[in-house]
Amino acid sequence: MSVREESSAITAAGKPVSRFGARNWAGIVVVLVLAALPLFLANFTIFQLTMMLIYAIAILGLNLLTGINGQFSLGHGAFYAIGAYTAAILMEDAGLAYGWTLPAAGIVCFLSGFLFGLPALRLEGIYLALATFGLAVAMPQFLKLSVIEPWTGGVQGIVITKPDAPFGLPLSQDQWLYYFTLVVGLLLYWFAVNLVSSRSGRALMAIRDNPLAARAMGVNNALYKSLAFGVSAAFTGIAGALGAIVVQFVAPDSFTFFLSVALFVGLVVGGVGWLPGALVGGAFVVFVPNVAEHFNKALAGAVYGVILILLIYLMPTGAGGLVRKVADFIGRRMKSRPDR
Amino acid sequence: MEILIQQIVSGVATGAIYACMALAIVMIYQAIHHLNFAQGEMAMFSTFVAWQLLAWGVPYWLAFVLTVALSFAGGIVIERLVFRRLENAPVLSHVVVFIALFAIFNSLAGFIWNFEIKPFPSPFGSGALFGGLMSPHQAGMIVVTLLVLALLYVFFRFTRIGLAMRAAAANPESARLVGIRVGWMTALGWGMASAIGAVAGMMIAPVVFLEPNMMVSILLYGFAGAVLGGLTSPVGAVIGGLAVGIIENLAGTYIPVVGPELKLPVALFVIVAVLVVRPSGLLGRKIVQRV
Repeated sequence: MSVREESSAITAAGKPVSRFGARNWAGIVVVLVLAALPLFLANFTIFQLTMMLIYAIAILGLNLLTGINGQFSLGHGAFYAIGAYTAAILMEDAGLAYGWTLPAAGIVCFLSGFLFGLPALRLEGIYLALATFGLAVAMPQFLKLSVIEPWTGGVQGIVITKPDAPFGLPLSQDQWLYYFTLVVGLLLYWFAVNLVSSRSGRALMAIRDNPLAARAMGVNNALYKSLAFGVSAAFTGIAGALGAIVVQFVAPDSFTFFLSVALFVGLVVGGVGWLPGALVGGAFVVFVPNVAEHFNKALAGAVYGVILILLIYLMPTGAGGLVRKVADFIGRRMKSRPDR
Repeated sequence: MEILIQQIVSGVATGAIYACMALAIVMIYQAIHHLNFAQGEMAMFSTFVAWQLLAWGVPYWLAFVLTVALSFAGGIVIERLVFRRLENAPVLSHVVVFIALFAIFNSLAGFIWNFEIKPFPSPFGSGALFGGLMSPHQAGMIVVTLLVLALLYVFFRFTRIGLAMRAAAANPESARLVGIRVGWMTALGWGMASAIGAVAGMMIAPVVFLEPNMMVSILLYGFAGAVLGGLTSPVGAVIGGLAVGIIENLAGTYIPVVGPELKLPVALFVIVAVLVVRPSGLLGRKIVQRV
C-alpha cells in the first residue's frame, strides 16, 4: 500500500497531486444512484431499499467493532432491539418526534454497549462470539419480561404511527423515510470514516493487530475496546430506531438471534474492515433471502445456505476483497501502459 | 429439603441432555478449534434419519447403529466437501459457513420430513425410577452419556489413531512432519463429533419430541455446559452440562423472578459469568502463547 502511494507521488512529481481520486468519484456515483432510485420505484421496493440502508448502518457499526477493532459479535441484534424499543417507547409514551429518538437510541445503546464491553474485555475470539450469541438469544426473553411490560407491551409489542414528509414536500411516506434514512446513513458513514482515520481509529486498529504492542505504545486497551463496543452498539441502535420507525412496529420476536446472525453474515459478505462493504451486506441481508425463496419456497433456507457457501468460496474476503483485487488489476494495467 | 432433592435429580436428568450435546461440541472443538454452530442441526438431521429407519421397520438398536455410522460418514463428507477448502480462511468465514450449514440442514429436514412434531421412541421403556423422580429413559440417557465419555477416553488415551488426532490438533505442523495426515484427522474429528451428535439427538428426541427446530435452545445449553466445563475437556463438558441442568432447575424454583421464561437467560448468565471469572472453564487447560 505505502509502496504504491510513493510511486504515484513520484510520477506526479511535477503536477499538483489530485486528492480527488477514483475512489471518491465511485462514492459520489453510488450516492447519486441511491438518491435517484426511489423516484422510479414502487412503494414496497422503496421500503425494501430503506431496510437495506438500515441494515447497512447496523453492519457499519458491527464493522467498526469487528473489522477495525477485531472483536467478534454475534449479538448485535440485541443492540438493534434496544435501539428500536427506545425509539418506540419515546415516540408512543413520551410523544417525542421521531427525529429525536435517533440520538436518544444512540446514547442508550452506547451506554449498554459500553457496559457489555466491560466484561467482554476478558473474552477473546470464539468466547466473545459465544457470549454475544448468548446476549442475542436472551434478548427476546428479556423484552417479554412482565416487569417492564407497561413500557414494552410484552409479547404484543408497540405499534408506531408512520411520519409524513415535512414542509409539504411532494413525497410519499415511504420516499420521505428513505431519504431520511439515507441522510442519517451518510452522516454516520462520514463519522465512521473520520473515526477510523483519526488518532482513536489508529489506536483501535493497533489493538486489533497487536494488543501487546498497542499497550506498549501507550494505548489504553481496556478503555478503547469498551469504547469500540459502545460506538458500534450506538450505530446499530440508531439503525434499530430507524427500523422501528420504518416498520411501524416492534415486538420481541422481531429481534431473535437470526437478526444478529443476518447482520454478521452481512458483515462478512460485505467485507470485514471495509466500511463501504456495509451497503453490500445490507443488500445481501434484505434481498438474498427473497431470491432464495423465489427459487423454491420450501427449500428457501437450503438455497440461502448454498448461496452463502458459494459466496465464501468465490470471495473469501467479502465484497471488499473483490473490489480491492479488481482495483489492483485495473491499476496495474493502467500503470503498465508507457504513455501514462 | 425434599423439593431440593427432587429439583436436583430432575436437573441431573435434563442436564444429561446438555451433557450429551456439550460432549459433541467439545469433540469438534478439539479437532478444528471452532465452535460448530450447526452441530445441533446436524444432530437433529441424524435423529430424523433414525426416525425414518424406524418408520421403515428397522429394529431400534440396528437403526441406532446405522444412524451413528451414517452420521459418522456424513460428518467426514461435510469436512472433505466444504471445510477442506476453507482450511486457511479466516475464522469469520468459518462461522458464516456454519450458519449456512445450519440453514441448509434446518430447511432440508423441514422439506423432507415436514415441521410436524413427531414422537420418538425410547429404548429404555417407560415407568418410574427412584420413587418417580426420574424416568428410565432419563437414567438410560445418563448411562449412555457416561458410556460415550468412557469410550472417548479409551480412544484418545490408548489407541494410536487417538494419539495421532491429539497430535494433529495440538500441533499440526509437527504432526505432519512425523507422518500424520492432519487433514484426515480433522475429517475424523468431524465424523466423530457428528456421530456423538447423532447419539445425543436420539437420546434427546424422546424427551423434547422430534421436529426441525428442536435443537436450537438445547445447543445453547450445550455451549453453556461446554464452556462451564472447559472447551478442552470432555469430562468437563459432561460435568458442565449436568451443572447447567441443575442450576437451571434450581434457579427456576428458588429465585422468584426466574420463571420458566427466564431459564434460557440463566444459562447465558452462566456462560458469561464463567467466562469472565475463569476463561478456560472449570477443567479446561489454560493455553499460554509465546509472543
